[in-house]
Amino acid sequence: MPDASGPLLDQSMQTVLSVGIDALAYGMVLFVISIGLSVTMGLMRVVNLAHGAFAMIGGYIASYATQTLGFGYGVAILAAVVGTIIIAIPVERFLYRRIYGAPELTQVLMTIGITFCVIGIANYVFGPTLKTIPLPETLRGPVDLGFRSIAAHKLFAIACGVAVAGALWYLIERTSFGVKLRASVDNAAMAASLGVRTRIVYAVSFAVAVGLAAFGGIVGAELLPIEPYYALRYMVTFLVVVSVGGAGSIPGALLACLLLGAIDTTGRYLLPEYGEFFFYLAVIAIVCVFPRGLLGRRS
Amino acid sequence: MKKSVLAALAVLALSGTAFADTIKVGVVGPFSGPFAIQGKNFKAGIDAWIALNGAKVGDDDIEIVYRDLPAADPAQSKALAQELVVKEGVQYLAGFYFTPDAMAVTPLLEQANVPLVVMNAATSAIVTKSPLVVRTSFTTWQTSAPMAKVAKERGVKKVITVVSDYGPGVDSENAFKTTFTAEGGEVVDSVRMPLSTNDFSPIMQRVKDSGADAVFAFLPSGPTTLGFVKAYNDNGLAKAGVQFLAPGDLTQESDLPALGEAASGLLTTFHYAVSHDSAENKKFVEAAHKAIGNPAELSFPSVGAYDGMHVIYKMIEATGGEQDAQKAVDAVKGLAWESPRGPVSIDPDSRHMTQNIYLREVAKAEDGTFYNKEIATFEKQGDPGLAALK
Repeated sequence: MPDASGPLLDQSMQTVLSVGIDALAYGMVLFVISIGLSVTMGLMRVVNLAHGAFAMIGGYIASYATQTLGFGYGVAILAAVVGTIIIAIPVERFLYRRIYGAPELTQVLMTIGITFCVIGIANYVFGPTLKTIPLPETLRGPVDLGFRSIAAHKLFAIACGVAVAGALWYLIERTSFGVKLRASVDNAAMAASLGVRTRIVYAVSFAVAVGLAAFGGIVGAELLPIEPYYALRYMVTFLVVVSVGGAGSIPGALLACLLLGAIDTTGRYLLPEYGEFFFYLAVIAIVCVFPRGLLGRRS
Repeated sequence: MKKSVLAALAVLALSGTAFADTIKVGVVGPFSGPFAIQGKNFKAGIDAWIALNGAKVGDDDIEIVYRDLPAADPAQSKALAQELVVKEGVQYLAGFYFTPDAMAVTPLLEQANVPLVVMNAATSAIVTKSPLVVRTSFTTWQTSAPMAKVAKERGVKKVITVVSDYGPGVDSENAFKTTFTAEGGEVVDSVRMPLSTNDFSPIMQRVKDSGADAVFAFLPSGPTTLGFVKAYNDNGLAKAGVQFLAPGDLTQESDLPALGEAASGLLTTFHYAVSHDSAENKKFVEAAHKAIGNPAELSFPSVGAYDGMHVIYKMIEATGGEQDAQKAVDAVKGLAWESPRGPVSIDPDSRHMTQNIYLREVAKAEDGTFYNKEIATFEKQGDPGLAALK
């Protein structure tokens, strides 16, 4: 029993903290899933509507690895990320390579087509039911934070978000690969003439983006469960994160996720009947003031 | 020689058509898209019925014509029904997973001289839209109201309702609220959340802050129920002793493998559980499992379809295969039989099904799978939602 003498203020304080934690967790899950899309859209200039499809493929592989093959959670994550990248390589080679630098409409049509194919195949192979990825014992169940309990997997998702943000920032800003990538993006012809093998740079970045999608699909599976329509169902949310954060900006995406997570969660707590009104209102406001997103690159 | 054989064949063929007709039944449902599993259940129920009862009524052959309607789309629903009636010449329309789709078709029935047998769509008002509608599924009011009695019996005093913000969710909220208040209980808060909600933690916080003893929830079957049930556990509500009450949509059999341990012990009220213990159901489940392929996918729409076929066969018998919608509907008013879900009858006034509603608890079977275990029965429940319409 809570202390009876510390009445209302204490309780409302607890509620604020509680909602804050939820917002942070939701924002981080969004971040892990969306950041790969930010890479493809911002750095590679491909409007990749098949991003959700790759996240879903990752989820299915992880689910299959744990449920049918009996692997552990960690192995399943690895298998899913690698497996999704392997599936993505021929897709990149034969389909995406044709649309680099193509008009946006062409990119949209091609990638949405890929999405529908993936949905159909998933439905045919795995059936229309929900698939779960069983968590290891340590991530299962609630963790007591003192003032409330929170799902352990949410803490895990927060940690994953921080790790992904740090690793990506390091890769792009501090490594020679990052230099080549930024060079290829800014001026592919010039980079190529300086000896950067742009095709390989693109292929590697695409693989990284797809791997991140798969990873996000698995880490976020507790909130966004894996089923064939996953690929379309959450696509709008992913796109919103990228457009609000600014395509290609990792701190931007992080900021956008935390902000949108906070608005969405608070709105849902205070006025659930308004639905996603506040979420989209915030999106409209931000995009009006920052047309390139919060931290978008000026080109 | 050849000619005489041909002539003989022609005579045979002609005589065949002269004595027996093919009666077509048009079934509209979501056979592809996000709700494909529910359409698959329609088909499994229909196939099971035909496997057990044959594809003939008297001398007439029965042919099922399926039309796919992936998501709720009234205009498309009406177009499909028109096409079925005009081009395919169906004598019966059946199926319909979503309420707006069924509603859109009701204005056609009289002129087309075709009865509509609703196999799922669960809003009370559908049967009032045309005298040619018969429903073999359930209504959200019918399955939600008994839960209020359960809550009362179990000593629950304060309840918070949490529903998805759309027709059936609102129905469910009203059904529970009306019944629970009449029983002397108190509904402390009612939350309506958008259908697209993914993260239910803030909702659970609302539940916690409301100080209710129990939460009554309604979400459509499918992906979101998983997140909702998990959030209920993860946010410590289960541990804090806040009871979870809901109609059976939340624990439909095809979602249970995914829900797993998280759903264990949840209480739901519904008209049908695949586990229902009766000879009739055993026969049905066996045939339906064969029809659907993967037994884990069998769920409640299958039994609505199975009983729908029962009603349609009775209608064909009564009319002798002639197209007479009114006569067909009149023939099944008051019809009573033993369905896989238990004893049922068609209420002559509403043309909706009177049936048992069961209180079920999600339990673990010996083989480690989860199922809805029926633990109490509310006998011969009509549709309280119709009374509320007036």
